[in-house]
Amino acid sequence: MAFDSFGAFIVMEGHGPYVWACYFVFFLLMGAVMFWSLRQRRFVIAQQRRRTDSTPVRAESPAGASFTRIEPSQD
Amino acid sequence: MHPIRKKRLTIILFLLAGVSVAVGLTTYALRQNINLFYDPSQIAEGEAPVDVRIRAGGMVEEGSVIRDPESLRVEFKITDFTSSVLMEYTGILPDLFAEGQGVVAMGRLDSNGRFVADQVLAKHDENYMSPEVNEALEKAAGKRAAISDAQGEAAASY
Amino acid sequence: MWQIFHKLGSPKWFFGIASTLMPWLLWVGVALLVAGLGWGLAFAPQDYLQGNSYRIIFIHVPSAFLAQSVYIMMAVAGLVTLVWRMKLADVFVKAVAPVGAVLTFLALFTGAVWGKPTWGTWWIWDARLTSMLILLFLYFGVIALGAAISDEKSSARAVAVLVLVGVVNIPIIKYSVEWWNTLHQPATFKLTEKPSMPAEMWVPLLLSVLGLYLIFGWLACLRMQTEILVREGRTRWVQQLVQARGD
Repeated sequence: MAFDSFGAFIVMEGHGPYVWACYFVFFLLMGAVMFWSLRQRRFVIAQQRRRTDSTPVRAESPAGASFTRIEPSQD
Repeated sequence: MHPIRKKRLTIILFLLAGVSVAVGLTTYALRQNINLFYDPSQIAEGEAPVDVRIRAGGMVEEGSVIRDPESLRVEFKITDFTSSVLMEYTGILPDLFAEGQGVVAMGRLDSNGRFVADQVLAKHDENYMSPEVNEALEKAAGKRAAISDAQGEAAASY
Repeated sequence: MWQIFHKLGSPKWFFGIASTLMPWLLWVGVALLVAGLGWGLAFAPQDYLQGNSYRIIFIHVPSAFLAQSVYIMMAVAGLVTLVWRMKLADVFVKAVAPVGAVLTFLALFTGAVWGKPTWGTWWIWDARLTSMLILLFLYFGVIALGAAISDEKSSARAVAVLVLVGVVNIPIIKYSVEWWNTLHQPATFKLTEKPSMPAEMWVPLLLSVLGLYLIFGWLACLRMQTEILVREGRTRWVQQLVQARGD
């Protein structure tokens, strides 16, 4: 242990606020990205399931003749 | 490899080479602006403009720091071990400011070749070590040898 | 060898591989990162010059290192998109660009907070800091361009070209501290030399870099899976997979 007490560890000889601010923001942002990415996948799976429930599974052709929304190129 | 793919790859490599050359030439032309500061040799050779806000950087010369006892005024010399420039600054210096340490200062060069700074920043090198090791190193090498060694290393890293 | 390369291009095959790899990447990554950061924060010795503020290095260097290597990986994927027209390469670029942006932001933020007590300023327009800021804007550009073009193929090609053009910034970041004079110090780690710090400092730093690398791998797999689900939503294997999954 590089510090004598827990108090010294927190204060870090006056550099505490800088060091802890960095670690806090690091964990906050990385945690947020990880949480957000997990939630996004769960959301997409739920959405796909709702869609497959309402439309029967078609044969292999990925885009058969249908009147579903198409996205024409905008450029 | 498929000839079409080979052709695409060649086009991309040419594109990348072109962009690199363009960026290289641009940064070369702008090198004086990209360089953050003038070093003491450049100032001694008269490359730095007089009475324009510029930055100057170098190593604080050993034994050159004179503190005014009544105010926050400090005078010191910065050096790159070829030339040195006298600097004057009034204000609080960064914690890492010390003789033998690097600084980068913002201010104006007056006509006498004196640099009047209004901001002094500390520049440290890429070496990290524990205080005990540093102490042991200095003790083992002897005070004088340690100083000349540190200066030599510092000069190499500049 | 080409067979593996083409197999890699199959979203279905990738989805399966990613699922098996992900728990390993996540847990080994978290363990390494926690070990590295805990060691660096509480057990590594102080620096003789900077005292305790140097402990920011244990997150600053991994973030900055990852920010640049993610961009290089994106550039390789961009090349694959343009030359081989592999869809999965574009999936990778789109999936990791936001992660790269967050890592670049973290490198800049922790650098600023570190700069205040050591240099005496939060920010300075020297070559290293400025080129790193350009990297952040490149990431923003990649994200925005990808979102602005709705046609999948055009979007993939446009983004790949932008990523490849932007890759010239990477050597500029790397060598900025040697080509020009800057406030930022030169690299502590060089491929050919011993690191200029003792083992009690560089071992925890190495652990954090590895840990963050693995966590990035996990994030990349996860986000690529999401992107594949969106794009391949109408194929049979995705529909079956979606039905089978509990969550």
